[in-house]
Amino acid sequence: MSYVLQQLMNAFQLGSIYALIALGYTMVYGILTMINFAHGDLFMVGAFLCFVAAVSLELSFVPVILISMFGTALLGVVIERLAYKPLRQAPRVSAIITALGVGLFLENLTLALNPYPKQIPQLMSHTTWTILGVSISSLQIFIIVLSLLLMLILDLIVRKTMVGMAMRAISWDKAIAPLMGVPINLIISATFAIGAGLGGAAGVMYGLAYPVIDPYMGIMVGWKAFISAVVGGIGNIRGAMIGGYILGMVEIMVVAFFPSTYRDIVAFALLLALLIFRPYGILGKPYPQKV
Amino acid sequence: MENREGVFNKIRQFWGRLMHVRWLLPALLGLVFLASLVIHHFDLLDLYVQLVLMYVGINIILALSLNLINGYMGEFSVGHAGFMAVGAYIASWLTVKVFPVHLTACLFPLAVLAGGIGAALVGLIVAFPSFKTRGDYLAIVTLAFGMIVKSAIENIDVLGGPRGFLGMEKLSTLPWVFFWAALSVWAIRNIVYSNFGRGVLSIREDEIASDLMSVNTKEVKIIVFVVSSFFAGIAGALFAHLLQFISPRAFDIIKSTDILIMVYLGGIGSIAGSILGATIYTVLLEVLRPMGVWRMVLMPLMLVMLMIFRPRGIMGLKEFSWFIPVRDIFASIRWREKRGGR
Amino acid sequence: MAILNARGVTHYFGGLGAVSNFNIDLEPRELVGIIGPNGAGKTTVFNLITGVYRATQGSIIFEGSRIVGKPPNQITALGIARTFQNIRLFKEMTVLDNVRTACYAKVKYNPIEALFHTGRFCREEEEIISRSMDLLAHLNLDIHANELSKNLPYGLQRRLEIARALATEPKLLLLDEPAAGMNSQEVDRLMELIYRIKNDFNLTILLIEHQMHLVMNICERLIVLDFGETIAQGKPHEIQNNPLVLEAYLGKEMHKEMQG
Repeated sequence: MSYVLQQLMNAFQLGSIYALIALGYTMVYGILTMINFAHGDLFMVGAFLCFVAAVSLELSFVPVILISMFGTALLGVVIERLAYKPLRQAPRVSAIITALGVGLFLENLTLALNPYPKQIPQLMSHTTWTILGVSISSLQIFIIVLSLLLMLILDLIVRKTMVGMAMRAISWDKAIAPLMGVPINLIISATFAIGAGLGGAAGVMYGLAYPVIDPYMGIMVGWKAFISAVVGGIGNIRGAMIGGYILGMVEIMVVAFFPSTYRDIVAFALLLALLIFRPYGILGKPYPQKV
Repeated sequence: MENREGVFNKIRQFWGRLMHVRWLLPALLGLVFLASLVIHHFDLLDLYVQLVLMYVGINIILALSLNLINGYMGEFSVGHAGFMAVGAYIASWLTVKVFPVHLTACLFPLAVLAGGIGAALVGLIVAFPSFKTRGDYLAIVTLAFGMIVKSAIENIDVLGGPRGFLGMEKLSTLPWVFFWAALSVWAIRNIVYSNFGRGVLSIREDEIASDLMSVNTKEVKIIVFVVSSFFAGIAGALFAHLLQFISPRAFDIIKSTDILIMVYLGGIGSIAGSILGATIYTVLLEVLRPMGVWRMVLMPLMLVMLMIFRPRGIMGLKEFSWFIPVRDIFASIRWREKRGGR
Repeated sequence: MAILNARGVTHYFGGLGAVSNFNIDLEPRELVGIIGPNGAGKTTVFNLITGVYRATQGSIIFEGSRIVGKPPNQITALGIARTFQNIRLFKEMTVLDNVRTACYAKVKYNPIEALFHTGRFCREEEEIISRSMDLLAHLNLDIHANELSKNLPYGLQRRLEIARALATEPKLLLLDEPAAGMNSQEVDRLMELIYRIKNDFNLTILLIEHQMHLVMNICERLIVLDFGETIAQGKPHEIQNNPLVLEAYLGKEMHKEMQG
């Protein structure tokens, strides 16, 4: 029993990270119907910025996470302006391939600049408590709480602010929104900034939880977070959060009860099954097709 | 001046007449195969160059097969390496564990064929979700499929698991690779310029209208996935017997991404495009090798630039006229001649 | 012997009733019009007949076979073809290929024969080209055979849609607002075209249209829908003066048009 609870804690931690990354995918998809496959690599950049800030600049946690988040947010906006904006009228697939290219570029640039995996130093003191036979570290709690806080802030921004409203307007009708006075380029940049920033935060947290980072870490995590977003219903923010936690849960639980090499195959098979029963994801709606 | 005009006209005439030759493509493909035989037997090219050519050939098969699903049918399949893996492992298993040692060279084509058929059967399975799902959701299905195949192989000990599978002889030669490459060009081109090919294109353009115009979309999707995965399997088998070592990591998402890039680089919906994309990608990667890690920084950058300026790829939906059957090029003209001209 | 028979056809989208209790008896070679304000459910009726939606209730029988629940391509193969309110051509394909694609169900060769260019493949391909070009010629589109359909002017695109539908060799043709966006000269030419193909191809035609000039002139009888319900049926001049119909259209403009 305590084993299960232990794994549940791990699942929550992993799920929080997946959820933060999935949010980036879903926000960009919601507003541009584009799958930003470079997003997983933004997560990786966040982790590396954290490394640079912590080791080379020897900063403490708060400035480190702020630098990472702002750094990735800025990078996200730059990528959008340079690589995606020219393709807004092009066929969707071209934008996706461009995103893949940007992702590859980021991975290999980071690799070229950092040939060896790096270790993130401990930026906060750990205490471990044992409750009901489950050992919980303060880091886990911190990650989960911070993630939930960020998601809450995002939810508030989307639902209660003008920026959020503008985002939703554009996601419903991209052609009409600018005619209603919505500064479409600004809002799109804001969306990318927020999504990337969340991904960067996830990178920092991942780096703290699993201290060894390498340039290719974004690939698998990125694709998995993408699957989370789709499972939750792509374009739906609440869905991305739910999807992230589901994937985290599935992965950890599978490893808990099956040999670890089965992790991916069972996890993906389960997700496929879920998509078969709910083809548009948990909170997703089929795009109404007028015939 | 007059002479030059005359020469130009003669060339144009010759070109025009060439267009009417029905066996142009088979002759061309035959020539290419013959060339590969000659090069191989007389070592006319440096061994390294021959190796690169073989990779080009394998990548042509991969790009062509994926182009069928992504380019012609307009889907977004992201797990193509999975089909390749199936073919690679089946063929390798046969030549290493099943075939008698002294016969492996003669039975090699059988192993490759078996790899293709195995992959085709798996492709059949993937075809079914494509009936109901489209677009991004189908992308997930194919993505998950690719990961499941990779993961499954990792868990099968007899196939070496994560450590990989060894022992294959270098049975892939330049002539073999180009034989299968030529075959894939021939086969895919024939499918595309047939009733089924028109069905495929119509699904990409407007699936609902296609259905309503009597196209059996289920049948078409099955054909596309089966043919596509068949050739991916063939490529996998050839790949395994070139590298002489395969592991699940060789067929992961990065491999699938490579194939995607070749297809979109060369141009979707174009046979010439796939050949071009595969060739450019493979050769460029080799040429830029001295740059070390920085070549993979430059490549994606060039890809992004290409996408911005030519979103549909170099050939994008356009076809090299030698690949189009004569019947299709001259359809309306011949009809008019038969009707006695207007 | 009715060619098309619908009884009690009802369809809901979620909780919203789109079509209620639709009934029709179509005799062969009739030209019947379906009219009504926007959103009345007219295109939904077409979608139900062609199998795009599966009717929630009711039955539809075409030449003796029940078609509710059959997939669209089978229904088309049985002999029902249609055009669309918003043109749905295969944009990146040529004019000729758009028509050839619609011959899909008529083709008998299998993929293996296509692969090896067998005799049957070659013969059938020639035949398809022949039939398709003949059809295009019939509708004066043959000169555009090799153009991409997206490059055709609007009026020709509408004509191509009709040609494509005819390629399926239908017995019943459903035309969804074929005159949309046309001026009165073009509408006159369209009327001639509809008459011509009806005779040449022995068709039964069901027509959705807003242009009253066209409707009043060529339809033998009309069915009027409003909010999914059939509010009137009958000959055009009967419908013209029907108060329910006038009310549905809410306007003296409509009234004036119908008398014109």
